[in-house]
Amino acid sequence: MTLLIGSFTIGLILALLALGIFISFRIFDFPDITAEGSFTFGASITAAMIVSGANPLIAIALSFIGGLIAGAATGVIHTRFKVNPLLSGILVMTALYSVNLHVMGKSNVPLLSQTTLFTWFENFSVKVSGKDAFYNIIGWSVPAKDVWTLLFCLLIIIAFSAMLLWFFRTNIGTAMRATGDNDQMIRALGVNTKSMIIFGVAISNGFIALAGSMLAQFQGFADVQMGIGMMVWGLASVIIGEALISDNTLGSVITGAVIGAVLFRLLVAIALRWGMNPNDLKLITAAFVFLALILPGFMKRSKKIKLLKQ
Amino acid sequence: MLELKSLCKIFNAGTINEVMSLKNVNLRIEDGSFVCVLGTNGSGKSTLLNAVAGTFLVDSGYITLNGKDITQWPEYKRAFHIGRVFQNPFSGTAPAMSIAENLALAARRGKKRGLGWGLPDTLLNSLRDRVKSLNMGLEDRLDTPIGKLSGGQRQALTLLMSSLVRPDLLLLDEHTAALDPKTASKVIELTEKIVNEGKLTTLMVTHSMQQAVNLGDRVIMMHQGSIRYDFQGEEKKRLKVNDLLSLFDELRRKDQIDTTVADLLINSYV
Ligand SMILES: Nc1ncnc2c1ncn2[C@@H]1O[C@H](COP(=O)(O)OP(=O)(O)O)[C@@H](O)[C@H]1O
Ligand SMILES: [Mg+2]
Repeated sequence: MTLLIGSFTIGLILALLALGIFISFRIFDFPDITAEGSFTFGASITAAMIVSGANPLIAIALSFIGGLIAGAATGVIHTRFKVNPLLSGILVMTALYSVNLHVMGKSNVPLLSQTTLFTWFENFSVKVSGKDAFYNIIGWSVPAKDVWTLLFCLLIIIAFSAMLLWFFRTNIGTAMRATGDNDQMIRALGVNTKSMIIFGVAISNGFIALAGSMLAQFQGFADVQMGIGMMVWGLASVIIGEALISDNTLGSVITGAVIGAVLFRLLVAIALRWGMNPNDLKLITAAFVFLALILPGFMKRSKKIKLLKQ
Repeated sequence: MLELKSLCKIFNAGTINEVMSLKNVNLRIEDGSFVCVLGTNGSGKSTLLNAVAGTFLVDSGYITLNGKDITQWPEYKRAFHIGRVFQNPFSGTAPAMSIAENLALAARRGKKRGLGWGLPDTLLNSLRDRVKSLNMGLEDRLDTPIGKLSGGQRQALTLLMSSLVRPDLLLLDEHTAALDPKTASKVIELTEKIVNEGKLTTLMVTHSMQQAVNLGDRVIMMHQGSIRYDFQGEEKKRLKVNDLLSLFDELRRKDQIDTTVADLLINSYV
């Protein structure tokens, strides 16, 4: 059960990643691999700041800004210099690898003895329910601090999802969605689509850096490799969310991405528990996304064949 | 007022596919004028409209709109002053977004787009009234994704969208060509209504000579990238479909002579 709650919490943290991928991949149809760099960028900024004694909230805010800048860089390379989207992302991701090493000063920074956001959550738990308290949840005994941590993460992710939902309903957010939907149309309505893409990819990577920052604090270290595979991970979450929620209003799609992220993390935890080799994790994730990408087209084709045979 | 001075546009310059789509085009359109553009396929009609809209920058010449030189302006900035409807009914609307959202986007053409709510109730109500005036029963379906509508419905909405904020210039590029005859005539009716009500300065490309004769106060005919004929005032009023047909024939005959002469020259000199 503790394991389940831990996975649940990580799932919620990675929901921020899923929201970021949702923006680039689904709103703009922009396969943005900057994610892998900006995830680590968020973690490394947070680690470096916290180690130097900064307030965790300031560290988190700076990580978000770092992600914004990384995303904006990709957007500028793509729109102003007309580099293909994937390549733009690869360039920034590669550059970020060096940047991250510089920020952290080494390839791995432990945070276990530092005061992080999660230390605050634990302190809160101690204040409310006492030291080393346990809650009884449907027959399971669970450490109170884990429950409170989960609740706080849930609050955070609800707040960010609501913010995103609100943003995409504002004038500028609506214009941003239209940019991804039909750029010719929205340009004819006076919107600078290049700026929209830069801004959108920036926000996407801001969210992803936020996820990196939170994960580093939760697991107690930042590592220069921790971003590898994150884009596909986020994509898997988004796809699961879409499969679960067929309705495609904005609210449902955002909720779907969050639920997808949590569910995917739980599935992975269960698979690992059943003895799946952790080394195979990325292989299986990639295979899963591949199937999810080709399946809709495949089903359409087989339906057509059936119709033709009739 | 729109003024085009010596516009030239060459596509694929320096390759075997080089085409001079605009050859020294000069045109002056007064405020409130409704101009129909005729011409054979590939004569440069769309290129002319796209050059004005800023889809690409011209190779030489000047474009001024209401006294402002917009030759170097990017497309989105020109759109502050220009409304457009495309030939393809899918081009003018965002398919995944609702009818209301599409209209709301158009209602802010040329205005600042900030963190204000995109679809406030007051706007929604006024949009509903505008949609109702189309008489297509779409006012009860404002939440429907616009991609679910037919081409004709989408084209009518695009037309409405192009004029929600009064444009200084309206560009229509064969906006009824992809529609069935009945829908096309409905959209043409709507075009007339919108243009007349707003006294809009309009440049409309059409392949229908009947439309060119019936609508507007001026007809220009393009051929091989330049304006060959220009009828205005009384001359335009007297214009008949048959006159236009014989002009087309004449252009075609000249073409044939041109090519035979070219063949002759090639045969004797190359
Ligand atoms: N984007 C483009 N790239 C290359 N050639 C083009 C482009 N747009 C138009 N052309 C060429 O310019 C000429 C005029 O085309 P267009 O303006 O579309 O004609 P129409 O009068 O039928 O609208 C054609 O020969 C066409 O092939
Ligand atoms: Mg054309």
